Amino acid sequence: MTLLTDPLAYEFFVRALAASAVVGLVCAVIGTFMVLRGLAFMGDALSHAAFPGVVAAYLFGAPFYIGATIAAVGTSLAIGWISRRSRLRGDTTIGVLFSGMFALGIFLFSTIPNYVGDLFGLLFGEVLGISGSDLVALAALAAIVLALVAVFWKELLYSTFDPLGAGASGLPVARLEYLFLGLIAMTIVISLQAVGIILVVAMLVTPAAAAQLITDRFSRLILVAAAIGIVAPAVGLYVSYWTSTASAALIVLVETAAFLVALLLGPRTGLLRRRPARG
Amino acid sequence: MTVTKTTATTATAETTAGRGAAIHLEDVTVGYDDRPVLEHVNLTLQPGALTAVVGPNGGGKSTLLKLIAGLLKPWTGRIDVLGGAAGVRAREVAYVPQAEAVDWGFPISAGDVVMMGRYPALGPLRRPGPRDHAAVAAALDQVGMGAYARRQIGALSGGQRRRVFLARALASEPELYLLDEPVTGVDPATQEDLMRVLGAEAKAGRTVIASTHDLASATEHFRSIVAVNGTIIAQGDASLVLDTDVLRRTYGGHLLFVGDRAVLIDDAHHHDEAAGGEIHHHDGADGGPGHRS
Repeated sequence: MTLLTDPLAYEFFVRALAASAVVGLVCAVIGTFMVLRGLAFMGDALSHAAFPGVVAAYLFGAPFYIGATIAAVGTSLAIGWISRRSRLRGDTTIGVLFSGMFALGIFLFSTIPNYVGDLFGLLFGEVLGISGSDLVALAALAAIVLALVAVFWKELLYSTFDPLGAGASGLPVARLEYLFLGLIAMTIVISLQAVGIILVVAMLVTPAAAAQLITDRFSRLILVAAAIGIVAPAVGLYVSYWTSTASAALIVLVETAAFLVALLLGPRTGLLRRRPARG
Repeated sequence: MTVTKTTATTATAETTAGRGAAIHLEDVTVGYDDRPVLEHVNLTLQPGALTAVVGPNGGGKSTLLKLIAGLLKPWTGRIDVLGGAAGVRAREVAYVPQAEAVDWGFPISAGDVVMMGRYPALGPLRRPGPRDHAAVAAALDQVGMGAYARRQIGALSGGQRRRVFLARALASEPELYLLDEPVTGVDPATQEDLMRVLGAEAKAGRTVIASTHDLASATEHFRSIVAVNGTIIAQGDASLVLDTDVLRRTYGGHLLFVGDRAVLIDDAHHHDEAAGGEIHHHDGADGGPGHRS
């Protein structure tokens, strides 16, 4: 039992558990809508786009999440605007903007001498180093995102499933899309410290993908994704603690393992289920 | 046979006829990017109309429905829907998209799809109440899908999916039904059932507009027909599609005349013969990638 209780003696470990549970929950909820809207690539794009904002915030001595929010929300709005106004496909616009923003971040970063350790933290996450005030800010942002999803739940669901029918019957489909892009951006900012820029897309997409293999009811889909999103980071953190390995990588690896289990045992794909079902 | 061939001179007459109309389009032009799809469209439909929109693939059938639904903004001209500008009385409009436009793998049950018809009137935050659940159950019963409320939409047959989408439209209690190819590729029993429900709605004073490329169905089930190919070619009662001149101008190169028989040739080079007042058109060849009708 000490295997589970020992790390709890450390405040940093408890804070990391709380932070990763909040991040896992928000990512799972937003990620489920993202996957159903075919926007999985958008998560990758916006997390990279947040990078120059983080570096700029450091240069100006501002909190990192303010810079990250401005850069990610700005990029998501720009992607939405360019896709609507130009003939370019959405994924083309995303590809151009996300690499451009990431390059801008690296350029800004190269102007700072001796900053290497913190860069590693931002790219790959350092949830074990999260401070009490960071945790409060993160929880407040998460509460805002979840509250907005709760308020516009029906509208987001309808416009995700059938944008034409929803638009014709008076739902503001374009504004809902911008709202959702803004929610993705906020979710990424919330997740940056826990899993870092490179791995945040896994937090968004993997629980939703695993849940889709297990259930085909929308409400259960969100619940299963949320459960994976909350439990997997805790398991990952414990393994990371006892093996002294990278926490963010383990969080994502546990989620990937959950996905593989769903793939093997799930009632829909059920790679292992098929044979016993015959007998 | 009553055939109104729309020309520039009828436009002024239709302006006054527009009062009290369910749908009134005046010199409307619209397209995608900078390519016009429909030009100088004038159209007036009265409440209670049961109207089929016919025409070739890419002729602008879907575009016309999207214009009326407020999903596309006209480049020029004016559109009145239910007495206001398009989109103003949107909650009283039910739009059913083409089957190809729907993600049938979406994790949702038939009952949940029908409940979406209640969402716009509910507004943000409010959860569906007993009245909404009763409306959903009644709508599902009306289309013969009462036993399938908990079934996944992806697990339903093509005809059943179309029934569910009509139930969603019914549940929203609209004044105007806009349906894009509602009976394309469905079995005859479903076609009869859907048209019976829509006919009853029209009798009750609601306006029903559906696109179809099945000319036989258009003459059999609808009271009026609008022929579209780049603009409104003609508007009239069901016998309109028997007018060889109208057919020739609507379908252009897709139509061959062999003696007094009209032969429709669609984009995939299928052809069905029409003779003795019946014109058939093959269903399966529609819906190729990138087609717009």
